[in-house]
Amino acid sequence: MPAVTSLGLLRPIMTWRVAVAIVVLALLGLLPWYAPWLETAGIINQRFALTVMTRVLILAIAACSLNLILGYGGMVSFGHAVYIGLGGYTVGILAHHGLGSGFVQFPLAILLSALFALAIGALSLRTRGVYFIMITLAFAQLLYFVGVGLEPYGADDGLTINRRSDFAGLIPDRGPDKFVAFYVLSFAVLVLVLGLVHRLVNSRFGMVLRGARSNDLRMQALGFPTFRYRLAAFVIAGAICGLAGALLANHTEFISPAMMHWTRSGDLIVMVVLGGMGSVLGPVYGALAFLLLEEFLPGLLRLVLGWLHDGTAAVIGRGPAGALDDWLRLAEYWQIALGAILIAVVLHARGGIDSLLGRAGRG
Amino acid sequence: MTLLIEQTLNGVQLGLLMFLLAAGLTLVFGIMDLVNLAHGSLYMFGAYFCATFTGWTDSFVLGALLALPASLLLGVFVEILVVRRLYRRDHLDHVLATFGLLLIANDLVRLVWGPDGRRIPLPAWLNQPIFLTPDLPYPTYRFAVILVGAAVALFLYWLVARTRTGMWIRAGASNRTMIGALGVNIEALFTLVFGIGAVLAGLAGLMAAPIVTVSIGMGDNILILAFVIIVIGGIGSIKGAFIAAMIVGMIDTLGRAMLPDLLKSFLSVAAANTAAPALSSMMIYLLMAGVLVWRPTGLFGARG
Repeated sequence: MPAVTSLGLLRPIMTWRVAVAIVVLALLGLLPWYAPWLETAGIINQRFALTVMTRVLILAIAACSLNLILGYGGMVSFGHAVYIGLGGYTVGILAHHGLGSGFVQFPLAILLSALFALAIGALSLRTRGVYFIMITLAFAQLLYFVGVGLEPYGADDGLTINRRSDFAGLIPDRGPDKFVAFYVLSFAVLVLVLGLVHRLVNSRFGMVLRGARSNDLRMQALGFPTFRYRLAAFVIAGAICGLAGALLANHTEFISPAMMHWTRSGDLIVMVVLGGMGSVLGPVYGALAFLLLEEFLPGLLRLVLGWLHDGTAAVIGRGPAGALDDWLRLAEYWQIALGAILIAVVLHARGGIDSLLGRAGRG
Repeated sequence: MTLLIEQTLNGVQLGLLMFLLAAGLTLVFGIMDLVNLAHGSLYMFGAYFCATFTGWTDSFVLGALLALPASLLLGVFVEILVVRRLYRRDHLDHVLATFGLLLIANDLVRLVWGPDGRRIPLPAWLNQPIFLTPDLPYPTYRFAVILVGAAVALFLYWLVARTRTGMWIRAGASNRTMIGALGVNIEALFTLVFGIGAVLAGLAGLMAAPIVTVSIGMGDNILILAFVIIVIGGIGSIKGAFIAAMIVGMIDTLGRAMLPDLLKSFLSVAAANTAAPALSSMMIYLLMAGVLVWRPTGLFGARG
């Protein structure tokens, strides 16, 4: 079957990665249909599962956009969360003034983010290396403090969005159906973004971008105005991330400057690197891993600590081992474990999750 | 007029504090080429150490003196355990690993000291105003911070510009392979520099502690300001860090003091009170963006 082989489905090297990708995307896409079953089986509450996973999808979109410039373009933007904020504030402020149509809010959110990315990129891309990291951070802080100073829109405390974006009734924006509908919408956007990024990085544009990452001077010598290519990628990434921000504001029904705090930008970088830089699906794995760790690590730690306590108690006796509650209380400090995982990944698993899959396939 | 002098002194005091934090950061950055997001955590630990030791000894000065070696030990420990492995990696890896350190530090403090903030009580002799002129009272403690900060700045200048160790440090910044070939123990030098940075950060933290509340995450925002300072000043330049820290300290203090009245002339009182601190913070980042657009490697920087 040469046709199938040329798609890469039967090539042994590709099997693992493609299989995992298909399974993960299918599991994500079909969640609303098997979530009720999970609830009956007593594994997880349906509403809770959908809420957590919608957040995963939205941040995966944001991470994908960062991956375009970080993974393929080599631009370490340390202020990417600012576009989440811009998208979110566009939706929030318009909704605050009674303009609830998603057909107005979303295009405006994307446009505004793109414009800001154009301005920030045009100035930041003049610098290199650490200075680029820092200047993108500076612009993000600038806009963060604009949010903090916006007294009419809640300043530091943020603003509650009373009604989600209205897509002319096509997507239920109230009632129990809205969670499923919004999940499906987010998934559809994620798939579109993945397709777009895949097309982009494998096009001539993407090749120039990747070429400029490994040797900017050579690309310039070949006659490519690399600054313009980088800037275009920066603007596209900003626009996509603004879209993610508009979705996030709808999801949480709340906006605040905290959405664009610099640690949120750090989270996005962590997701991209954790998943695997410069791989189209990497950010999805990264967002899944990071957010699920954030959500379930405390529970996991309680489990491990419970075992440890019982083990210690069996060895040295119930009394000296202390009360079980004292041990379980340690699970509150799960960020210590998260930080340790992060350091371990940086030191020992540089290619992220996606390259681990690749290695498994080859081995 | 007295208000202006007072606020200028406050600006100098904030600038010197920021300089202590930024000097360690710029040394580590300039010499080991390491982006250290956990530098703000060392600042936080300095403050918490001081709070604990002050509680034990009932004396702020003794507590502060004990907190400095504790900060040094912590810095050396972290360097040997984690940071040392990062020198050969790229900046992205630095950002990630030290971001992990920052997460660990914040939760570790919560585990050891609990979630509530702490206040460090000042002894009576530091807690009263001194009169710089008969009609210009100024808090003694803030004045002491200025004196200590200036003394440390001078000491640092002497250390880097006038001693053999300083010569190694400067040589390490310009060519670390060459200085290794000349027989200087680079590993020990790097550990020393990281330790100095940790002590300076701890000192800044413990000196800020009686003015602000000691709390978790107190280093996170000030860390970004310290980065802004070393980027404006040019990475690796102590002189640049000093000048930039003074400028940033002045902008922040004077902005907070003067802007509310200025804004009140065309905004509501509530809006002006929210907007003024935000605006003075924004001015700092605007300054940095402007400097970088004008000189992409900072005021005194040579490294790209």
